[in-house]
Amino acid sequence: MKYAKLLLSLVLTIGIFYALNTKFGTIPPLGKFLNPTSGIWQNETDETITGDIAIPGLKDKVTVHYDEYMIPHVFAQNEHDLYKAQGYLTAKHRLWQLEFQTHAAAGRLSEIFGEGALNYDRTERRRGMGYGADNAIKYMEQYDTETLSYVQDYADGVNAYIDQLDSKDYPVEYKLLDYTPEAWSPKKTALLLMYMTKMLAGGDDDLEYTNVLRLIGQKNFDLLFPDFFDSTDPVIPKETDWSFIDVPQTELPASKAAVLDTIAESIEKPNPDNGSNNWAVSGVKSATGNPILANDPHLSLNLPAIWFVMQLSTPKHNAFGATIPGALSVISGFNQYIAWGETNATRDVIDWYKVEFNANRTQYKYDGGWKDVTLRVEDIRIRGKENYKDSVLYTHHGPVVFDKNFKGDNELAGYAMRWIGHDGGNNQRTFIELNKAKNYDDYVSALQYWNAPAQNFVFASTEGDIALWIQGKFANKWEGQGKFLMDGSNPENDWQSYIPQAFNAHTKNPERGFVSSANQHPVDENYPFYVFNDGYETYRNRVINDVFNSKDTFSVQDFKDLHNNNYNLKAAELVPYMLTHMDASSLSEAEKAVYEDIKAWNFNNDIDEVGPSIWRQWYGRLYNMTWDEFDVEDTALDAPTTYQTIYLLKNHGDHEYMDMVETEDTTETAKDLFLLAFKEAAERLMEIKEEKGDYTWLKYKATYAGHLLQALPAFSRFDIPIGGDRNIVNATSENHGPSWRMIVEMTTPPTAIGIYPGGQSGNPGSQYYDNFIDDWAAGNYYNLNFLQSNTVTDAIIGTQTLTPASND
Amino acid sequence: MTKNITNFIATLVLAIVLSLFLPWWSIMTAALATALFIPLKRAAVFFVPFLAILVFWAGFSFFLSSANDFILAKKISQLLELGGNPYLLILVTGVVGGLAAGIAAIFGKQLIMLTKS
Repeated sequence: MKYAKLLLSLVLTIGIFYALNTKFGTIPPLGKFLNPTSGIWQNETDETITGDIAIPGLKDKVTVHYDEYMIPHVFAQNEHDLYKAQGYLTAKHRLWQLEFQTHAAAGRLSEIFGEGALNYDRTERRRGMGYGADNAIKYMEQYDTETLSYVQDYADGVNAYIDQLDSKDYPVEYKLLDYTPEAWSPKKTALLLMYMTKMLAGGDDDLEYTNVLRLIGQKNFDLLFPDFFDSTDPVIPKETDWSFIDVPQTELPASKAAVLDTIAESIEKPNPDNGSNNWAVSGVKSATGNPILANDPHLSLNLPAIWFVMQLSTPKHNAFGATIPGALSVISGFNQYIAWGETNATRDVIDWYKVEFNANRTQYKYDGGWKDVTLRVEDIRIRGKENYKDSVLYTHHGPVVFDKNFKGDNELAGYAMRWIGHDGGNNQRTFIELNKAKNYDDYVSALQYWNAPAQNFVFASTEGDIALWIQGKFANKWEGQGKFLMDGSNPENDWQSYIPQAFNAHTKNPERGFVSSANQHPVDENYPFYVFNDGYETYRNRVINDVFNSKDTFSVQDFKDLHNNNYNLKAAELVPYMLTHMDASSLSEAEKAVYEDIKAWNFNNDIDEVGPSIWRQWYGRLYNMTWDEFDVEDTALDAPTTYQTIYLLKNHGDHEYMDMVETEDTTETAKDLFLLAFKEAAERLMEIKEEKGDYTWLKYKATYAGHLLQALPAFSRFDIPIGGDRNIVNATSENHGPSWRMIVEMTTPPTAIGIYPGGQSGNPGSQYYDNFIDDWAAGNYYNLNFLQSNTVTDAIIGTQTLTPASND
Repeated sequence: MTKNITNFIATLVLAIVLSLFLPWWSIMTAALATALFIPLKRAAVFFVPFLAILVFWAGFSFFLSSANDFILAKKISQLLELGGNPYLLILVTGVVGGLAAGIAAIFGKQLIMLTKS
């Protein structure tokens, strides 16, 4: 009996220990998680911003002043110390995010989440994320050991922070998911840059277009997917003289036929809304005589936010702006002489090739013979399971992403991806140089290292110059190259050469007195190289340019107003037409009320309007009805762009595609679709009214900033009161929008304001985790305290000193 | 009664000291040790260490969290589906620790019983 009791109590003791020490599904190990000495209660605090901290490897003292926004102002004595400090401070405020993003980039989420993430991991690896990062490191090892040494400094800084941590200090997410941080390395910085490249230049529609072409033929394809729209307002002004370009476009090959395969499914793509606005006015067009520059990158609204704002200075330079955890230096910002910012250039830098293998898949057909494949085995660790080994075949084009082992069923063929992102560029160098640049020439020189993702780099200087370069490494393609799946055995289909960097489209001090970009067409038809319409923006750019053409001078206030401009040009171009041409006589009383509401709408997507919600419902349904032909089972297809859809609805209202497939005995035209879509929309809006009380844009859109763990509700912010939408200058849709807003006036030194939807701390337990969100939603900005010397001002709330650790 | 109080204080002090060196299960170790050296009877075997650790964990949690306006406690309380109430999370924290300690103490008591016979 005694022994039985002893045994029972022992089993109970072991049982409770096991139960509280183990993660069950999404429930964290409760003993570890909740105990106040090392669990989450230790995270119930803000980061320390005072005192001295010894850091191994520092050459000199580094002073860090924090202002009331928790922005660190870093004063280092040399660049090596500066990037060590940046690594250290980024880890201090954003460790979990820093590591998580590179795990995501590398296809290592199965290590954290288990088998559920395996498909994601395989996709990222087959996309060649690790391969591209390896190539970037190789490139730096061979050609630019200086940059690599800074990247190593950053890694040392991150690791100095990680080494100081006790398990009780780990960010909450580690405790929730029950794992621990690992050491940082230069490869992780390369992976982070690949992550950005994928986010901004990782999408393409070649395989979808191939299916479309096969189904509808060339003539319809050209009508539905034109290379240029009927009107273009490009990034580089139309009147630009290209006569200095003396390299011709690659000649059309003898055979340019696409391979018309049926492709069931393509890989997951980045959000097509990833884009941005930037613009600058010259001194002449500025109310104060100083050039003014603005930038607002549109990305997923996440917590912790994608950006971390810092001032980074040495006695030789002084830069300020938004950094990205994992990358060195300021990405979108300014220094004492210049300001810069980026928007995505959205160029087609991914092409697909069909490759045919020999019987044992060791060689593939090329130029009438056979070429060897190389094998890269991806060893994927899975939490709680055996590793998964995925063999990816590489051709000279790049990785064979799709084959019999992944989304394909052909034993002896596959699709290889040619992506500029794999080419091992030296992107980090561009930012390090921009941070130190003093004038236009320095800026141009910094850009030459930038391969991908291609960006529209806007520029303004205290000397009075404004400029915009579209920078990336672009293949000099033959007309139509890479629009569809190509035959990988034909050498003529390979990228033959690159557009020389000096011939990348750019403009300096244009006559109109401003430069701007909003992900639209980079150039018009006169640019002498082939530019394929890869889903260019067609609304924000026109609103922005119309504003700058509307009056002579602009102030910082005008810039703020433009960032927050909610004008819905898309709706303004279609709604009046629909209202005029739709037969409204059959509308019920309830529908009539909706009809009157949208008729009264002034096309501003403000939060208290109902017009934007009606428009969304109406146009969304109209779009789906129009392109019901594109809803084909087991076939990856893209429907035409919004711009071309509206153009066709207005100009080709009786085209065969307007007819709905499911109604066999009637033939619909655009007018009929307007009414059908309106009635469906009205019905749905009534339901929303029942659910939410009303359908004002505020409630309909319900903007949120989601935690990186799939918007885990406890760590996310919901129902953020902000207007706008996609294709609007204030591009805030449900979970996407201006992730950083910056305006810089080129006084000496520059005067800048900025804000982002988040906060400087990555700790959900800190008041600085999401404290910017309300001001961001309200359209407010913070003055960025650009300290000119290492002295404490009124704006500083704490100072921390990083000191060299003694080597004993 | 005094033995109960002695055990309570000893468990509390030992748990606090051990928590400086050991992971979360230091409270189980503390409760086991005091059960061996200051043995109690009947329900007190479980409830005295249970209360001691509940006081430790809930008290310390409250101390840390109240200094930060319960910002994180509210979120974790939502995460664990406790309705976002920070006090409920503090109570749950105390009960979790108390439970582990109480059970460890019962095991200690059974060990003592073995040596006594």
